[in-house]
Amino acid sequence: MTQLTTTEAGRAGLRAAARPRGRRFGEPNTRLAHTVMGLGIVYFTIPLIWIVFAATKSQPDLLSTPALWFGNGFDLMANLRQLFSEDDGVYGRWLVNTALYSGASALGATSLCALAGYGLARFSFPGKRLIESGLLGMVMVPATALVLPTYLLLSRLELVNTIWAVILPSLLSPFGTYLIRVFVAESVPQELLDAARIDRAGEFRIFWRVVLPMMRPAIVTVFLITLVATWNNYFLPLVMLSDAKLYPLTVGLTTWFNTAQQEAGTRVLFNLVTTGALLAIIPLVVAFVFLQRFWRSGVSSGSLK
Amino acid sequence: MSQLLPADPALTAPPPPVTPTPPVRAARRRGLSHQTRQAVAGSLFVLPFLVIVLLFLALPLGYAFWLSLHSESLVLGPHFSGLEQYKEAFTDPQFLTGLRRVILFGVIQIPIMLGLALAGALALDAINSRVAKVFRLVAFMPYAVPAVIGALMWGFLYSKTFGPFAGVSGLWGAAPVNFFGGSLLLVSLGNVVTWAWTGYNMIVLYSALQGVPREMYEAAVIDGASPVQIALRVKVPAIKPALSLAAIFTVIGTMQFFNEPAILARFAPDIDAGYTPNLYAYSQAFRFSAFSYSAAISFTLGLSVFVLSYLFVFVSRRRAARA
Repeated sequence: MTQLTTTEAGRAGLRAAARPRGRRFGEPNTRLAHTVMGLGIVYFTIPLIWIVFAATKSQPDLLSTPALWFGNGFDLMANLRQLFSEDDGVYGRWLVNTALYSGASALGATSLCALAGYGLARFSFPGKRLIESGLLGMVMVPATALVLPTYLLLSRLELVNTIWAVILPSLLSPFGTYLIRVFVAESVPQELLDAARIDRAGEFRIFWRVVLPMMRPAIVTVFLITLVATWNNYFLPLVMLSDAKLYPLTVGLTTWFNTAQQEAGTRVLFNLVTTGALLAIIPLVVAFVFLQRFWRSGVSSGSLK
Repeated sequence: MSQLLPADPALTAPPPPVTPTPPVRAARRRGLSHQTRQAVAGSLFVLPFLVIVLLFLALPLGYAFWLSLHSESLVLGPHFSGLEQYKEAFTDPQFLTGLRRVILFGVIQIPIMLGLALAGALALDAINSRVAKVFRLVAFMPYAVPAVIGALMWGFLYSKTFGPFAGVSGLWGAAPVNFFGGSLLLVSLGNVVTWAWTGYNMIVLYSALQGVPREMYEAAVIDGASPVQIALRVKVPAIKPALSLAAIFTVIGTMQFFNEPAILARFAPDIDAGYTPNLYAYSQAFRFSAFSYSAAISFTLGLSVFVLSYLFVFVSRRRAARA
């Protein structure tokens, strides 16, 4: 597959070079652009293609056979079996932990963002201006600068090394609140809320029955952003957790990788690291491909206003 | 920010007509004024979020600051030491080397990455072929891959035993390339980051480009301007706000540089505990239990990033308002 794309890109490049320099006005230089895009496709997929091949190899094959092709044997099944049985099947736990942490964090953070974004967009109350102008500042506080002090605070409450130490700090998403505030201000008409109030609906009922259904696209976007952020987080769980049974995939796999490097092959682990890594990225890559529209809308609003 | 970037159509509906809110009679009958009721309801909606902000943003920041003003010693125990820790940090060669390294890294890597992202976005904006669609999808894929796994994969690809690249130089008889040593190490790290984030930034810029109204450059097309001219003279200036925000977020990310060097350290012995300021803060806390010193470093790092980016936004906002 790589070879195919490279030669295609190469051919396109040759064709581009052979073309006369004069172009019609207004017509983009598509040949050149396609060559560059072809090269880009190769570049962005190489590590992913590598990991797919690597997951099918035994440790000796991993070390001795060409990196971007199959090994001597096809050991994907054997790798998977070993992956889920190594260390009493701890990988399965990591997978479940990751799903739990990111699911709970995304659900919680999205709920908080939805409520607060709506509150800021459609109500006035003392301190509202302050919060609104503070939101942008909050987005700009580097998250890792918060992790160490949060660890120290939570250790006083004896909450470190529990699932709460990962989930609770992940509930913070000023960016999500910002996004929902913008969305509500633009697409939930005030008249609709006033009409519901004249019908004497309670404020929360209005939120639940009227506003929430209208916010759906923004909510999906915020949910995806926070889900990915927690799923991919490494620094926070690394600092907060010391019990291997509580690790998410990112921390678990890196500990295996560290052991594999330190023990230099005395334990067969490299093939587990590659297979485990492949399995860890599949859910999000698949989710991303199917929900592309939402991701893109989230990212584009990510350019802020 | 005053300069609005058009968001994706999936997120924005046409703005509702602005009409003054009619007084709501139903509320008045219950005794409380409409305004008070609204204020109470509004604050209740925002309250849960505020609690989390207070607990996991304001409090840790405040605590880090408090800690950074205190020193711990065996003789005195924890005691107030003023700016002593900061003085120590800014004379600590390991911290300063890490800081300088990250700044050097950012100065080179950020323009390259954003340049590539911009070129890709302009190409996507001009061309709507199947290749372009595949490219758009594939370039964004690394965003879904955890940074540590991205670094792990590149680490394997760079390595002499696992990867295909180190041996390429053998084709012309040279020794295998060492991607983990000397000045190449920083380039190798830069490539991991570029791989991970170019696509993300490209989509941000592409979405901004999609919002540039055609009328802005239709005249230029009729006048015979080339696509490259249109791209550079019309489209790029039109998405300046998106570009500068992408730059800010990249700077914020770069200053927190941790995951990639932490993983590549297993391949590259040159990556020591002070390779980046964030690695340094981590190792000070967990290897040497120097918590207040690491708090001082975290706080310095966080504060400087925050102040820089806020200033940047403030200045560009001012300029936009004046223009």
